[in-house]
Amino acid sequence: MAEPRESHRWKWLLCAPALTILVLAASGPLLIVLVYSFLTPGNMGGVIWQFSTEGWFRVFFRRDIFDPDDITLNSAHLAVFWRSIWLSLQTTVLCAILGFPTAWFIATRPANTRTIWLFLITIPFWTNLLIRTFAIQELIRNSGTINTVLLWAGVIDAPIQMLFTEFAILIGMAYVFLPLMVLPLYAAMDKLDFRLVEAGYDLYASRLQVLRHVILPLVKPGFIAGSILVFIPSIGAYVTPRVLGGGRTLMLGNLIDLQFGQGRNWPLGAALAITLLVIVVAALMFYLRTLNRDEGGRHG
Amino acid sequence: MKRTLATSLAALVAGASMAAADEVVNFYNWGNVTPPELIEKFEAETGIRVTVTDYDSNDTALARIRQGGHGFDLVVPSNNYVETWIQEGLVQPLDRDIVTNIGNIDPQWLNVDFDPGREYSTPYFWGTTGLIVNTSVYDGDPHTASIILDPPEELRGRINVVPEMSDIMTMAIRYNGGEQCESDMEILRAARDTLMSAREHWLAMDYGNIDAYVNNDISAGVYWNGGAMRARLQNDDLVYGYPQEGFSVWMDNVMVLADAQNSEGAMKFVNFLLEPENAAMISNFSRYASGVMGYEEYLEEEMRTAPEIVVPSDLVGAGSFSIACPQEVNDIYSQIWTELMQ
Repeated sequence: MAEPRESHRWKWLLCAPALTILVLAASGPLLIVLVYSFLTPGNMGGVIWQFSTEGWFRVFFRRDIFDPDDITLNSAHLAVFWRSIWLSLQTTVLCAILGFPTAWFIATRPANTRTIWLFLITIPFWTNLLIRTFAIQELIRNSGTINTVLLWAGVIDAPIQMLFTEFAILIGMAYVFLPLMVLPLYAAMDKLDFRLVEAGYDLYASRLQVLRHVILPLVKPGFIAGSILVFIPSIGAYVTPRVLGGGRTLMLGNLIDLQFGQGRNWPLGAALAITLLVIVVAALMFYLRTLNRDEGGRHG
Repeated sequence: MKRTLATSLAALVAGASMAAADEVVNFYNWGNVTPPELIEKFEAETGIRVTVTDYDSNDTALARIRQGGHGFDLVVPSNNYVETWIQEGLVQPLDRDIVTNIGNIDPQWLNVDFDPGREYSTPYFWGTTGLIVNTSVYDGDPHTASIILDPPEELRGRINVVPEMSDIMTMAIRYNGGEQCESDMEILRAARDTLMSAREHWLAMDYGNIDAYVNNDISAGVYWNGGAMRARLQNDDLVYGYPQEGFSVWMDNVMVLADAQNSEGAMKFVNFLLEPENAAMISNFSRYASGVMGYEEYLEEEMRTAPEIVVPSDLVGAGSFSIACPQEVNDIYSQIWTELMQ
C-alpha cells in the first residue's frame, strides 16, 4: 500500500517545477496588473503608490474635464468593447464558413497527399504577421490592387475606402486566424467515419440532410475548438487593428496600449486589461454552458 | 565527456573575447531618419558597429527606456522631452574629452532653454510642425489649421493627424486664440471642443507614412516638414502649409543613456554626428535642417530652396519654438488627449 503513495508523491514532485513556473508566471503578472489598476497615474506614465478607484471608474464612466460633476457613461469605451466583440464574432463566423470547405477538401483527399495540403496551410506562418498585414494594406489601399483592378474594369468610378475601416480589420483578422479554424476542423473530419455518410445516402438522405444531420454534428468538436482558437486571439488583437484600422478604429488591445503610451494612464490601462480578461472568460463560460445544455438536451 | 566540456568551454571563452573585440553602439532613433551611409561611414572610421532601432513617438521611447533592460546607448528625444529625460536620470552628461566637436553647434542652438550649455544633448536636426495637403484634392490656401480643425468638404474623411499630444494640442489652442502651454480654461475647453468635432472628419490618427501621402491614401494631415518634403519629391501635388494661426519649431537631440553599455562608443558617435559633412548626410536623407555650423556646404541644392525648409517671409512670425509645459497644464492636456484618442 505504501508503494503507490510513494510513487504518487514522486509524480507531484516531478510536476512541481513546471507547476511552480506556470502558477508564478500566470498569476504574478496578473496580480501586478490588478494592483496597478487601483493606483494613481503618474506624470508622463507610470504609477504613484496611492490607492484610487479612478482607473476603474473611467473604464465605464466619463467625467468632463471642465465640469468634474458632469458624469456620463463612457460611450467611447463601450463602443470599443462592442466593436471588439462584434468584429471577433464576425471573424469567427467568417473563418468557420471559409474553413469548413477547406478542411473538408483536405480530409477527403487520398491519405498520402493530405500532409501536403496541411503543409500548404502552414505556409502563411512562415512570414511575420506584421509583414502579412502590411501586404493586405497594399491590396486594399485606395491606389492598391483591388481598387486599381475595379477602376480599370469600370466597376467603380472612385476608389472604395477600405483601408482604415472596420471592414479592413475584419478581412485582416479572418485571414490571419483562418488556419486556427481549419486545423481543428480537419482533425475532427479526419476521425469522421465516412461509412456513416454513406449510410445516410443509403437511407435516402439528401446532400443537405447528410451535411446537417450527419457531418455537422460529428465535426462539432472541431468547430468548438476552432471557434475558441479564433475568437479569443481576435478579441485581444493588436497588430491587425493597429495597421489596418489606422489608429482611429480602435479595438480593446489598442485601447489598452494607448493608456500605457500616449494616454499616460497606466491604472486605466490595467483596469481595461482586466476587463478584457473578464470578457474573454465570460464569453468562454457562456459558450461552454450553452454547449453543455445542448448536449444534455440531446441525450435526455 | 570531459574533453567535450573542455572544448566547449574553450569555444565559449573564445567567443566572449571575439565579442569584446566586436564593439557595438546601439542607436535608438526616430524611424526612417538614419541614413545607412552615415552608419557605414562611422563603422569604417572607427570599427565600431552600429545597430539602429526605430521608434515612432517620444512617449514610446520614454516608456521603453524607463523600463530598463533595453540595451540601447543613444536616444533622440524632442526638445520638449529633453528635461524629463534629464530629470529622471535616464541620460548622462556628455564627455567633453570625447565630444570635442561641441563647438560646431550653431550658436543659436547652443544655449537652449531645455539644456543650457548643451551639457547632455547635441542637435540631431530641427524642423517645423505644419500641414501637408494634396492640391489635386483641395487647392485652397494650405497655410491654415482649419484644413484639419474645420476641414473643407473635399478633405473630410481623408485626413490623418499624427498622434503627438503637444503638436496637436498646441495647434488647437492657437486656432482658438491661445498660446503654447495655455492655462486659460475657456480657451482649453474651446480647444477640446474643436478637436472633438474635428475628429469626426479624420480618417486616421497614425504616424502617416510618406507612402500614404504619395499614393493619396490620405489627402491632408498634420505633418513635419522633412516628411512632407520627402513625400513632395515623389508627388508634385503635395504642398506643405505653415498654419498662420501659429506653428511650432522643434529640435530632436542626441543623448547618451545613463545605463548605456558602451558610453565611450556612444560619445564617439555623438562627436561624429557633429561633423558638418555627417550632419549634412542626415539632412540630405531626412530633409530636415541641421543645427551644425557649416553643413550647408555639403547640402543638396534642392534642400537650400525647398519651401519645406525656407519659411515664407510673411509666415515667419507665426513660428515659435516649442516649450515643455508646466505639470498642471500637462495634466489637462493629457486628459483632453486621452478623450480625443478614445
